[in-house]
Amino acid sequence: MMKYPLRIQDLHWSFSEQRILDGVNLSIQKGKFYSIIGPNGSGKTTLLKNIGSILSPVKNTIFLEEQDITSLSRRKIAQKIASVPQNTEVDFSFTAFDIVLMGRTPYLGRFQGESKEDQKIAEEAMKMTHTWHFRSKKINELSGGERQRVIMARAIAQKTSLLLLDEPISHLDLQHQIEVMKMVKKLNQQQEVTVIAVLHDLNLAAEYSDIIILLHEGSILAMDHPKNVLTKERIKEAYGLEVYIMKNPMTQRPHIIPIT
Amino acid sequence: MVVDIYNRILGESDVNQMHKKSYYGSLFLGLLLFLGFLVFFVSTLGVADISFIDSVKIIVGRIPGINHWFSFDFDSPTHITIIWNIRLPRIFLSLLIGIGLSVVGVTFQGMFKNPMADPHVLGVSSGAALGAVIAMIGNIKGTFLGQSMVGIMAFLGALGTTWVVYYIAKTGHKIPTVTLLLAGVALSFLLSSLISLIIIFRRNQMEQILFWTMGSVAAASWRQVLFLTPFVLGGSIIIFAFSRELNGMLLGEESAKSLGIDVEKTKKILLIISSIVVAATVSVSGIIGFVGLIIPHAVRMMIGPDHRVLLPFSALVGGAFMIFCDTLARILVPPMEIPVGAITALFGSPYFLYLLYKSKKQVLL
Repeated sequence: MMKYPLRIQDLHWSFSEQRILDGVNLSIQKGKFYSIIGPNGSGKTTLLKNIGSILSPVKNTIFLEEQDITSLSRRKIAQKIASVPQNTEVDFSFTAFDIVLMGRTPYLGRFQGESKEDQKIAEEAMKMTHTWHFRSKKINELSGGERQRVIMARAIAQKTSLLLLDEPISHLDLQHQIEVMKMVKKLNQQQEVTVIAVLHDLNLAAEYSDIIILLHEGSILAMDHPKNVLTKERIKEAYGLEVYIMKNPMTQRPHIIPIT
Repeated sequence: MVVDIYNRILGESDVNQMHKKSYYGSLFLGLLLFLGFLVFFVSTLGVADISFIDSVKIIVGRIPGINHWFSFDFDSPTHITIIWNIRLPRIFLSLLIGIGLSVVGVTFQGMFKNPMADPHVLGVSSGAALGAVIAMIGNIKGTFLGQSMVGIMAFLGALGTTWVVYYIAKTGHKIPTVTLLLAGVALSFLLSSLISLIIIFRRNQMEQILFWTMGSVAAASWRQVLFLTPFVLGGSIIIFAFSRELNGMLLGEESAKSLGIDVEKTKKILLIISSIVVAATVSVSGIIGFVGLIIPHAVRMMIGPDHRVLLPFSALVGGAFMIFCDTLARILVPPMEIPVGAITALFGSPYFLYLLYKSKKQVLL
């Protein structure tokens, strides 16, 4: 049997009476770039939060390197999974460097300070995300795009094999959207980090992901290469929307144009 | 040595960071020295005219271990009594209260991510007050661990209230912060109105009750210092051990979880420890407001939000501030005593407003 870095088995999830996830089965392959798409309320964020153990998942539904995630300590999980949440606002005046250094938390003992090695890792993560030049600036004085990149650097400094992103680019302008997506792709390709990202923009999902997971009413409607998932019929079914699909002439990936 | 310990905790680092750390180390050492000097200095202040040198002699001559090395001929037993049995316990009690309230203030503000949180926010003070009032009107006498029954009842009232608030807020394995704060506020109002009712029916004890709720350390004794020390120092050390968790929680609970922090467990431990510390301080001094709200803010504005630095500095600054305020409380209009709670606000607020004004352009926290 193949060893998956992450496997989800029959995951159900409800908030009080409302059923959000309804039997999700999923095997994530190492080093691939996954995008989770789907209309609002389809359970994208809930799925991601279950994977990251932000919500407490049910026993024997999520397996991290074939171990039940509920049997692992938070610290252990944080050494394998890093996540960038939807809301990255910080009200307190930590410097950008302090924030990135916090990515080393899962590796440090209670009274242990960050070593030179930890500082080096943080520095590399910041250089990679082009945030090193404002390392001494206060996090709450940065622009949304800058802050997003700092939080990304923190996740990179966590040195995990799995990176979860919850709508990482929805608050950014176009130029920063592309910049962040490129950065994630680079991380994914050069360091074999498995990426699972919730994305709203179907075209960006199509461009950057190896596999798209289309969620609809709490279960997986389709999971495959973008060109197989993003079809007229599927989008009609999930989003109730008529679209025209063309091929991006540069990348041959599908490009979606809503028919208005 | 203190500098070394500090550097170890904060970690080694490149020049820039190193600079910052040795700076904090020296600053901490400086503050510690200042605090030592302050203790000696304010012990000379008061109605009885005792010189600084005499005061130093009396104190040093009483420290076990050191008093073998010096022998002072000192023959004013009144002075010894005033310094050793009246002023010093007060000074040390103020110090401990300042440390306890500031440390808990920092903890609550960090944990709740709420700048308005202070040590009394979970209903502790009104619970303590109700306990104390019951002891007063019931005329319950006797002592326990060197504490008066009023103090003991206040301690129990404070702990009981936090316990109730905690169980109201608890949902499954979690303690949602907003529910916790609301439950604290609501219960506070309930208990306060009970106290008002009691006061109406017991007008003859109104003054006693009112004075207690205003907070004072005028009746300080070494036994109280001894009682409070393990709570405040032990509690502060445990809280300090959770500095990194508190830092993570400032980023939000989700981020803290993804950094490997067990948020719910941390919250529970910090809540329990903090409540015990506040209950202990309230039981010896009554309700002293302001310190636990403002000192954490003021120190955060000066040195930043990192709890590994913020906690120890708040402790020292809070301790010094309380000593300063209590000294004013006893020397401003002798022989009358001003409740120290009034002084803390009277002198703290203008300074805080000044800090606010100065940093208006920046983001405040």
